[in-house]
Amino acid sequence: MNILVCISNVPDTTSKINFVENDTKFDKNGIQFVINPNDEFGLTKAVWMKESHNANVTVLTVGEQSVEPTLRKCLAIGADKAIRIDCDAKDGFSVAKEIAHFCEKEKFDIIICGRESIDYNGGIVPGVISGMLDYNFITNCVNLDIKGSTAEASREIDGGIETVECDLPLVVGSQKGLVEESDLIIPNMRGIMMARQKPLETIDAQNFETEIENKSFHKPEVKKEVKLVKANEVEKLIDLLENEAKVI
Amino acid sequence: MSILVYTESENNKFKKSALEALSYSRALGDKMNESVTCLAINCNDFSQLKQYGADKIIDVNNSSLEKFTSKHYSEAITEIVKNKNIKIIILNSSANSKYLGAYISGKLGSAYISNVVDLPSELSPFLVKRTCFSNKAFSTTEIKSEIKIISVSANSFGIIEKAASSDVQQMDVKISSSGFNIKKIERQTGSVTIADADIVVSGGRGLKGPENWHLIEKLADLLGAATACSKPVSDLGWRPHSEHVGQTGKPVASNLYIAIGISGAIQHLAGINASKVKVVINNDPEAPFFKAADYGIVGDAFEVVPALIEKLEKRAEQ
Repeated sequence: MNILVCISNVPDTTSKINFVENDTKFDKNGIQFVINPNDEFGLTKAVWMKESHNANVTVLTVGEQSVEPTLRKCLAIGADKAIRIDCDAKDGFSVAKEIAHFCEKEKFDIIICGRESIDYNGGIVPGVISGMLDYNFITNCVNLDIKGSTAEASREIDGGIETVECDLPLVVGSQKGLVEESDLIIPNMRGIMMARQKPLETIDAQNFETEIENKSFHKPEVKKEVKLVKANEVEKLIDLLENEAKVI
Repeated sequence: MSILVYTESENNKFKKSALEALSYSRALGDKMNESVTCLAINCNDFSQLKQYGADKIIDVNNSSLEKFTSKHYSEAITEIVKNKNIKIIILNSSANSKYLGAYISGKLGSAYISNVVDLPSELSPFLVKRTCFSNKAFSTTEIKSEIKIISVSANSFGIIEKAASSDVQQMDVKISSSGFNIKKIERQTGSVTIADADIVVSGGRGLKGPENWHLIEKLADLLGAATACSKPVSDLGWRPHSEHVGQTGKPVASNLYIAIGISGAIQHLAGINASKVKVVINNDPEAPFFKAADYGIVGDAFEVVPALIEKLEKRAEQ
């Protein structure tokens, strides 16, 4: 079984967000980049399937050379092989098209992407890949069980969980719940040493035209100072919520 | 015909977020001088669609669409897009609609943009405002594809009444039989969902253990609110993952968010930032949540919450 895990390189969740060049670009200065958390849940699941399903796990990213440390980390976690499609990833739509184009030649049984990246929050990549390849698709995936060429998968819906059965090939939008936070694999020294020997291949991009372009960014207005109510005067809070904020 | 809005329904009733998507479409239609067509799937009471400004309603009744799948629903939508010369598709931000938006984007080869919070500031180029960096920033983003797919962020645009006399057209759509079977749907019972809630009451580690959650539930019940929790609480297994709100959990965009015993880590605040009014109850005056909140009480949750419950019960009796 061949599994592809698509990786996005994103600012660490604690990052302060700032913009430069007249608010047109994200300020990478001093930012620590990590594997997108939603992707990492999927990667961990894929690495588990190496043992349970004799799977071969390839990780792929669309990006410039600067993202390679993140791919090496994926190899240290347990992926067998890494591929970087070489271009400056500008938007999720063209990234998804690059991945779909790649997957037309290289066949995978399961393609896992995070349900969305935590930086641009587009939530577009897995859906577009499955739409273009005409593969089955399940996003917000919290359970995945493969038997032969059939998948049983669950996704979070508003107010519940839905379980479906479908054939492979399948595109999965992964999130927390597919594996638990405590299941995430922290690479050990052996993993890190082995990762250096594993293949990291660079391939040329198709350079699809950008159809979604971020022109500028701005931050929300600074919040007014909090209004404090004394702990023994909770009726004042109810009054403020009812008559000032008008939300109850 | 140019703008198509998929108005999501459940049990023959349109969702509030669907009416918000329709209000957005109506305003966009007025701005562009284009008509607004609603797609209603297996929902037959159109009075609300008329009330919120639909020019046309496409009424699809099809037993293959009884349960939502992105595959089948996208077949219905793409058929309409092609037949009716649709240029803009508007969706709400429910889990199903976001699932659908990206999939249709791949099917049509057209750009999809999520988390949109306002009408386009310009039509040519087509510039929309959306949230990014987990609500820590906004971007002004151009959509260049000929057909544009937009999902409107929950509770961002509002629901605006504008009566219209809508033409209703019944339509048959061809749905393929695919090997994609829904085996079961497990719903949480008797509670408001976080996605649809006007008010969310959320508990953190300050509540000390799952046995104290009756306080959160009681308060939520009195306010007609959904219950939620912080990441440590779901990681500890006190509450299910589906209640975890924050950057890696569910986003919250309610009118009122009440955080009890939650310190307000940056990842948590990112997930709830889109809520309009935030209240924090915490015994630590230095908790970062006080910097993000509109109203706050510094105090012990085990004293403050029962007092709140008592006052709200009295208020309900009046």
